[in-house]
Amino acid sequence: MSALLSLRGVTKRFGGLVAVNRMDFDVTEHQVLGLIGPNGSGKSTTLNLISGAFPVTSGAISLRGQPITHLAAQDIARRGVARTFQLVRLLPSMTVLQNVKAGAVFGHRRHWGHEADAVAEAMLEKVGLAGRGHMMVGQLTYIDTKRVELARVLAGEPGVVLLDEWLAGLNPTELEEGIRLIRGLRDEGRTVILVEHVMDAIRSLCDRCVVMAAGTKIAEGTPAEVLSDAAVIRAYLGDDDDA
Amino acid sequence: MSALSSRDWGNLALCAIALAIAACLPWTAGAYGLSIGVTIAMYTVLATSWALFSGPTHYISLASAAFFGVGTYVTGIGIQYLPYWTLLPIAGLSGAVMAALVGLATLRLSGVYFVIFTLGLAEFVRQIITWSQNISGTKGIYVLTSIGEMHIYWQLLGLAALVWLLGWLIGRSRLGFALRIIGDDEAVARHSGIDTARAKILLFMVPGAVAAITGAMLAPRYVYIEPSLAFSPMLSFQVVIMALLGGTGRLWGPLVGVVPFTFLWEAISVSFPNQTTLLLGVCFLVIVYLLPKGFVGLIDLAARRMRSAEGYA
Repeated sequence: MSALLSLRGVTKRFGGLVAVNRMDFDVTEHQVLGLIGPNGSGKSTTLNLISGAFPVTSGAISLRGQPITHLAAQDIARRGVARTFQLVRLLPSMTVLQNVKAGAVFGHRRHWGHEADAVAEAMLEKVGLAGRGHMMVGQLTYIDTKRVELARVLAGEPGVVLLDEWLAGLNPTELEEGIRLIRGLRDEGRTVILVEHVMDAIRSLCDRCVVMAAGTKIAEGTPAEVLSDAAVIRAYLGDDDDA
Repeated sequence: MSALSSRDWGNLALCAIALAIAACLPWTAGAYGLSIGVTIAMYTVLATSWALFSGPTHYISLASAAFFGVGTYVTGIGIQYLPYWTLLPIAGLSGAVMAALVGLATLRLSGVYFVIFTLGLAEFVRQIITWSQNISGTKGIYVLTSIGEMHIYWQLLGLAALVWLLGWLIGRSRLGFALRIIGDDEAVARHSGIDTARAKILLFMVPGAVAAITGAMLAPRYVYIEPSLAFSPMLSFQVVIMALLGGTGRLWGPLVGVVPFTFLWEAISVSFPNQTTLLLGVCFLVIVYLLPKGFVGLIDLAARRMRSAEGYA
């Protein structure tokens, strides 16, 4: 199966620090790829490079075979790569519906007027916020702010969805809901890259996983394969000698 | 764009009636009243167009004087060669092009860098004109026309109507929505697919063009123009203060700031001619601390309280 999104030799340097070092991986259509690894391993930086938040130092990123390496963030979003942020970012002066409409109006598939309202309403229903469109985002609970952000991303009908620790900070009940929501995306056949620390979510949601440590890919495979990999266990738990 | 609702038509009719009443001022007010009317109309145009860009984006531009000054010089120089009416679009085009260039150079900057650059711009253009006048040996320019205060007033009123119409159209457009998103969170805007630089430059051209046209319209009023008058930084500050006093959240907000501030300014200039700048600074502080959302914010708050009081009744 040909890759929807490919990274080849992608490297990001911040001065002397190599945050991402020669990353290679592919995501095929309808696949949920988990990007995992200890804190500071370069997962979020990789998402930032794919979405164009930072320029790539070297290497190539392509979407459906077309290079997107040096495109601006808005052009990557328009081509159908949409993202959430590690710390939820909503539009504070707007209502829930207007927040979601931002995705419907300017995303990959663009709508306007009543059509955009209808798309935004449908996305709110999908994430479990039907009838809450009139609320200001400041009135929402934490998980609901995450839902709004997800709805905004989905409203643009992207080809690839990047979720940056979307499940972080949720209590156990919310976590179950969150996992159910992402499973829904998977069942719809969406292509998702998931940066996540929650192992249950990784096991139950991901088709494949790429494990990073210190900016480098150390393992790739199914969740069961990578989570039993000695190098991965060492990266998460440290060497016996470290204790 | 969605069709007009009956409320939109009602508002449009109200605006048309208000403009028609305002247009009668030259026949009802004396020379002093008309002079105040011109000042109010001028600052309404400047502050409203300023708020179209700076309101949603929160980019505080102090470039009004630069565009205004260029406009006055377009009339000042052009009137010797071209009919007056052709100078207004030329001024508008000059202002828009200048704003686009400034935008390309600065709108990637944010916050205080943008403010300082726009403040420096007016001074920069003023110095260039002063320098070129020194080289050519001229001092100022006489603008001798048959255009009276009354005509300037009507022209400004017409321009105000255009700016409101444009603001209303932008508010209903994708561009207006994009700018509100940019003002809330520029990173979200970019990752949602908005070309933020393009949107900002496009809209920054509006106050640029409008301020230049205003300057071109006002030139005959000054009769004699020189750089220190045409590019006065005080004008840029007054535009910002009036717009913030009224509030930038509504199209009519700046007008609500311009009217009382013009009268206040008249009183200050007459009673304390040597302390005007100091008092301008005090006004700015008062607005920022006590009225961060301007009169519009107060009106909205009062309306919300009334609604909630009705809810309990």
